[in-house]
Amino acid sequence: MLSSWLNRWSRNWTTPGALRARGVVGMNRRNIGYISKYNDRRLYPLVDDKLQTKLLCQKYGLASPEMIGKVASQFEVERVVDMVRDHAGFVIKPAKGSGGKGILVIEHHDGEEYVKPSGARITRADMERHVSNILSGLYSLGGSPDVALVEGLISFDQAFAEFTYEGVPDIRVIVFKGYPVMAMMRLSTAASDGKANLHQGAVGVGLDIGSGWAVRGVQYDRPQFAHPDTGHDIFSLKVPQWDTLLELAAGCYEMTGLGYLGTDMVLDRRHGPMLLELNARPGLAIQMANGEGLRKRLELIERQPDGVPVAERVAFARKHFSRSKEDVANVGMALNAD
Amino acid sequence: MSRFAFYLLVGLLMLIGVGLTAYRHISFDVPWVPGAQQKVWDIEAQVAFTATGGPVKASLALPENQKGYSVLTENTASSGFGLSYLDDLPGRRAEWSIREAAGSQLLYYTVTMLESDNATPAAIKRLPAPQEVSWERPYDTAAAQVIDQARERSADSFTFARELIKQFDNQRQGENARLLLTQFERPELMLRLLNEAGVSARLVSGLSLEDGRRRQTVSSWLQVFAETPQGNEAVDVEAADAENINTDWVLINPETGKQGEPDNLLLWEGRGAPMLEVEGGVNSRVSFSMIRHNEPAAVAVRNKLANDELLNFSIHSLPLEEQALFKTILLIPIGALVVVLLRVLVGLKTSGTFMPVLIALAFIQTSLVTGLIGFLLIVATGLVIRSYLSRLNLLLVARVSVVIITVIAIISIFSVLAYRFGLNAGLTITFFPMIILSWTVERMSILWEEEGPKEVLKQGGGSLLTAVLAYLAMNNPWVRHLTFNFLGLQLVLMAFILLLGNYTGYRLLELRRFKPLTED
Repeated sequence: MLSSWLNRWSRNWTTPGALRARGVVGMNRRNIGYISKYNDRRLYPLVDDKLQTKLLCQKYGLASPEMIGKVASQFEVERVVDMVRDHAGFVIKPAKGSGGKGILVIEHHDGEEYVKPSGARITRADMERHVSNILSGLYSLGGSPDVALVEGLISFDQAFAEFTYEGVPDIRVIVFKGYPVMAMMRLSTAASDGKANLHQGAVGVGLDIGSGWAVRGVQYDRPQFAHPDTGHDIFSLKVPQWDTLLELAAGCYEMTGLGYLGTDMVLDRRHGPMLLELNARPGLAIQMANGEGLRKRLELIERQPDGVPVAERVAFARKHFSRSKEDVANVGMALNAD
Repeated sequence: MSRFAFYLLVGLLMLIGVGLTAYRHISFDVPWVPGAQQKVWDIEAQVAFTATGGPVKASLALPENQKGYSVLTENTASSGFGLSYLDDLPGRRAEWSIREAAGSQLLYYTVTMLESDNATPAAIKRLPAPQEVSWERPYDTAAAQVIDQARERSADSFTFARELIKQFDNQRQGENARLLLTQFERPELMLRLLNEAGVSARLVSGLSLEDGRRRQTVSSWLQVFAETPQGNEAVDVEAADAENINTDWVLINPETGKQGEPDNLLLWEGRGAPMLEVEGGVNSRVSFSMIRHNEPAAVAVRNKLANDELLNFSIHSLPLEEQALFKTILLIPIGALVVVLLRVLVGLKTSGTFMPVLIALAFIQTSLVTGLIGFLLIVATGLVIRSYLSRLNLLLVARVSVVIITVIAIISIFSVLAYRFGLNAGLTITFFPMIILSWTVERMSILWEEEGPKEVLKQGGGSLLTAVLAYLAMNNPWVRHLTFNFLGLQLVLMAFILLLGNYTGYRLLELRRFKPLTED
């Protein structure tokens, strides 16, 4: 009785010592040791408000999706239809939303009916209601009134077509003091309803900082080797234009001044890596996706001097955070075995 | 702030807190644990009335030694009024007087009563005689029939009174009973009927003692005597020619007919006299606040005296009504501590950070099981109705306002239903904080739409678990005793929470979440 209970316990639970040995960063350490230590509170609005992030990107020349317009008050809601008339696909999102809440993606439309990537059709009234929900603060932190942003639809790189179900796969890179320390790609699935949110069932794929190769996949925090819907082998995934992407991520440090930052990017077919949004409180699931704790990498970066240029920081990260040769060889063998 | 200054602050808070606590224990003899000591009740009567401008005389009945309770100390507060204690028949009274007063007036009387099994009750000095009662038609025949029926089924005064009240039971009311109830208040009616039947009885006022209650009122009880004096004249029991008079009596609840005195009932007025009489004022009323202490009686008396010193800034020197309020307020940090522990050390998700503490406070009023059922009923019904609202395309503030009204409607309906089915516990559902519940419904509903029912169960379950644990902590008699009697502990709590706010280790649930990381 007792032994079977202990057995079950040890199958599902681990000890603080084992986590510490792996360098896993927990919520409490993330909050105290990194977020409140390196992120100045008054800089938060820069990333919590996507409109401000967008304007900053334009100022600093960082690539981000085209902005079609914004809706700031209830009487402007009806203007959305005119705004998007000449755009085949578009995205409506709350400026102060979090966790991907309240993002409406329209692939194409005929002015009356709007088609979501899932094929579901919504009417003009549905869309306008969505906008007015955003304005009233339904999706914003703390329920404060918000602004709706209308952006051009990203035509994502075909390299990922086999790895996604409906949604756009995005790449999250944790940037610490300007150094990219860990990266993952989030693949939407049927379970996640086309959203790239890990706790809703999207697959997280850890990416090697050195090369952009996939190192591991997880769904619901448990290992996953193939995309659950397309069946495509996760280890065959490699992000192209990896250096450009890391430099885009690292550049966000100068742009915002935030020391511990989650950068969310997508690869556009024509324009390459683009910055979607920034997060001053990035989650810890990236450790699960990489099968590795963040702590050792963060401590190495903490010992680096300030004022290093972007390109050097990226080179430093690619050198130190690259997976060892055997790991890459293992992945290669796994590929050959297929 | 440097780490050193932080730990200095924590250490300082800890030191002051422990010091204050030890000081109170040593110099005031306040015990660490409740229960071992005698229970002492501080009860405050607040007399309020509006003076009409002329001379005012206000007379309040005062409690006497009685079964289960004895009077330790008493004092009054009333600016400008003259005061005298009257000890003649019927019963003790305090009489305030003033030559000229206008506007609203407040008079206070505070008594400290010791709860003890061997208190000697004040003797019955006078056996009251049945009063002459006059009835109008057709109430006289109805009364006569009711009395006849009760007399047939009874053997003596006590059983007669019980049988009489039974006829007015809600389920078994006859035509006569219903007719009589249209004309008279129930306690008054019972007294009239008993007197009409020649049974000695009177209405007395009792106060239900419950720790930390405010703005309580007295309830009427029937005091029924075993023996009726001859010749319809009140008999002086102590007079020489009145030996062997049986002064046995019982208390009967005029609403239910139940005989006997509940344990927590204090007979505030036991002589059949009015509670409060005011001459020269209108709108007079009296309300009560009470607090229970656990301490040796001698200490209670000493503390009472210490409270009268000019330089006493402790909470225990406040009027009782405010003290009773603080008894609850001082528990909130305990609830906050439970929330901090569960979030920082365990990693439990709740909907709304401190919402569970407010729910736990409501549980204290409703009792746990009733509270849980009530909470689940309200939130579940609220969610169903809210799911319809989400189709109406409303602005957020308007929608939450509609949810508030809906929650109030649900609470009203459940109260009425509970009352209809005789579940009096269901009435306490009104103690729930309605605006907080509405936000809970709103948040849960959005969560349901965005993340699915699983996440709702997870966060709802987390909130409820937190609320139950906070309730268990806050309702623990030991915790209640310590928080109220040792204010220094609040500083210790604060120091402890400061330390927790600095904890960078893993949360309990992270040991499960990150388990796969340690596998390969």
